[in-house]
Amino acid sequence: MNTEILGIIVMFGFTLLLAIPLGKYISKVYVGDKTILDFIFNPLERFIFKVSGINAKHEMTWKEHIAALLTINLLWFLMSMAILMHMEYLPLNPDGNPNMSADLAFNTSISFLVNCNLQHYSGETGISYLGQVWLMFLQFVTAGIGIASATVIFKAFREKTTTQLGNFYNYFLKSCTRILLPISLLIAAVLLLEGTPMTFEGKDKIVSQEGTEVEVSRGPVAAFVPIKHVGTNGGGFFGANSAHPLENPSYLTNMTEMFAQFIIPMAMIFAFGFFIRKKKFAWMMFSVMTIGFLLLSVPTILMEMNGNPAITQMGIDNSLGAMEGKEIRFGAAASGFWSIVTTVISTGSINSMHDSAMPLSGLTQMIAMMTNAFYGGVGAGVLNFFVFIILAVFISGLMVGRTPEFMGKKIEAREMKIAMIIALTHPLLILVSTALATSFPQYGASTLNNPSFHGFSEILYEYTSSAANNGSGFEGLGDNTAWWNITTGFVLLLGRFLPIIGPIAIAGLLAQKKFIPEGEGTLRTDTSTFGLMVFAVIAIIAALAFFPALALGPIAEYFSMK
Amino acid sequence: MKKHILPAFKLTLFSILLLAIIYPFVVWSMARLAPNNGKGKVLTYNGVKHYTNIGQSFTDDKYFWSRPSAVDYNAAGSGGSNKGPSNDEYLATVHTRIDNFLIHNPGVKKSDIPVDLITASGSGLDPNFSIQAAKVQVERIAKIRNLEANKLFHLIEQNIEKPLWGIFGPEKINVLKLNIELDKMSQ
Repeated sequence: MNTEILGIIVMFGFTLLLAIPLGKYISKVYVGDKTILDFIFNPLERFIFKVSGINAKHEMTWKEHIAALLTINLLWFLMSMAILMHMEYLPLNPDGNPNMSADLAFNTSISFLVNCNLQHYSGETGISYLGQVWLMFLQFVTAGIGIASATVIFKAFREKTTTQLGNFYNYFLKSCTRILLPISLLIAAVLLLEGTPMTFEGKDKIVSQEGTEVEVSRGPVAAFVPIKHVGTNGGGFFGANSAHPLENPSYLTNMTEMFAQFIIPMAMIFAFGFFIRKKKFAWMMFSVMTIGFLLLSVPTILMEMNGNPAITQMGIDNSLGAMEGKEIRFGAAASGFWSIVTTVISTGSINSMHDSAMPLSGLTQMIAMMTNAFYGGVGAGVLNFFVFIILAVFISGLMVGRTPEFMGKKIEAREMKIAMIIALTHPLLILVSTALATSFPQYGASTLNNPSFHGFSEILYEYTSSAANNGSGFEGLGDNTAWWNITTGFVLLLGRFLPIIGPIAIAGLLAQKKFIPEGEGTLRTDTSTFGLMVFAVIAIIAALAFFPALALGPIAEYFSMK
Repeated sequence: MKKHILPAFKLTLFSILLLAIIYPFVVWSMARLAPNNGKGKVLTYNGVKHYTNIGQSFTDDKYFWSRPSAVDYNAAGSGGSNKGPSNDEYLATVHTRIDNFLIHNPGVKKSDIPVDLITASGSGLDPNFSIQAAKVQVERIAKIRNLEANKLFHLIEQNIEKPLWGIFGPEKINVLKLNIELDKMSQ
């Protein structure tokens, strides 16, 4: 078999194989059962809680959870603005990179705060090492927030009737110490051996073999890249992200980074099943997500491997595939595969330039972010999917003429309203802001790198990526302008916090309700029929809402090339 | 919200200590065991230092040309062209690259030019090209350097980097290493 295809299959299979035991481990961590790392982390966490004045045993209601979450995020935002706007006066800046402007710092802070990492600066020239280390810190903690939020939902369905949903700080810290940190250290070891740099020295000057003088950017890359993937953040150390040969030096590191971003989103599904003692339900979720993922990734891989038809027509040897914007050491297949992995799970790191991908690959990448529920980001994926489940339960309930119930709780008007608002916010944010940017050509069209339909796709992609908290881009877009920094900043904020607050509120409301034991007429939510229902809801709400916009961008471009 | 401010602030400080100071320090210590102490893999030829993983610009006829680059192989920055597949201006650039290649390599059939030699990479620093990209340049280099073509083909064979563990991913050649070997051979 083709070695490129084999590489992808093994990457996927290996991740799945490890996701189940990791899911079990994650579930144990939050239940509070014994795990192998207790001997280090029990005393460490006790110490941190003690000096921070936090009682980790105090159980919170859903409203307290949201208050704690928003407070700590606001704090990080202020600290981030202060650091990014004063890098010139702070240490660890060997290359003498400048301060960020207020609007760029606003965009960067929010974008790292919401686990998106849309980057309107270039790592080599726009930020100091201190700034990079700060962003690395945000990559840890915002992933921790995502996992903690998902755990609140887990907790709401574990107990029969409760208002006590665990301690937010406890979930948050455990996510960082027991899940993100150990995995990141393992990944870092592989990267270091393959040649990813870890140094605080600045740029190096070298003379090339042909005699030209060039500079080589370096930095503490091997600490930054693991958490960028493990936390599904995706913000690159260098401008070219994981296409850069120091950030992703070999096929082995490519497989490793792929695994790193894929493993926790997958494991969280199984963790959900273990935590609420309903493994079959987790398999239903996993199947729906996997089918969605395969429907997007397989055609993308094929299109990238087939190459650009406009270049085939020129009569050259196009057998390597669409190599514009791609690296030889990964090849077209692994690049196409990565582009879907990174968009379904909201990482947003790239190992090839999505702007140069085939028109319909651009389409699948955007659909991956528009649905935003096939695996999804750490924690956030489960939250998004949860909203679709509530909708599916309600619609199925109406179809069979019964009161909709989920996990023994009645779903009523209040929960439905929240779920509908969350589900509709996503298309609303993307389509309205795209329409705005398109109608002001002096802000939108003037920043494009490509004409015609593809140019429109650049705008659509940017807002889709922001609302989905993904962070990848059609990077040709000249996006470091006040317009882009500020508009995407607000889309990012709403795209992150509404889909966290909404599901937590629904789960909190449901958890308080009386538990109704399963009976003859209960709609079972762990069957393939229900899975199909969820899939249909996702397809209708998420995908069809965007069809007109997609028709103007990638679909029109596809037909224009025929 | 008020009662959360102080605990959140203290928790943040200790998280910074753990995740932004201790964690990078541990990785930095691990880097002492890595190639070149974690400063990037290097190779030295004639006393000049090169980074193995950072591609270099080769446009001289006596060398194997590297792939086109959107940043001219200056690793102070990085990035691709970000040109869309249907962009006319971009397709014209690709055409020019094909014509230019044919002018410098008379006798090469157009259908033998591999796509990587006429498209820019994602990072602009791609250290590799395909096997075909090396083979298609042999005739030109053999002529300029007065070498037998067979010797060059042999050199290429020696420099092929097999897929990972023989089974995963594409085959490739490191352009810098190949060109340094070429210089050694001509001495």
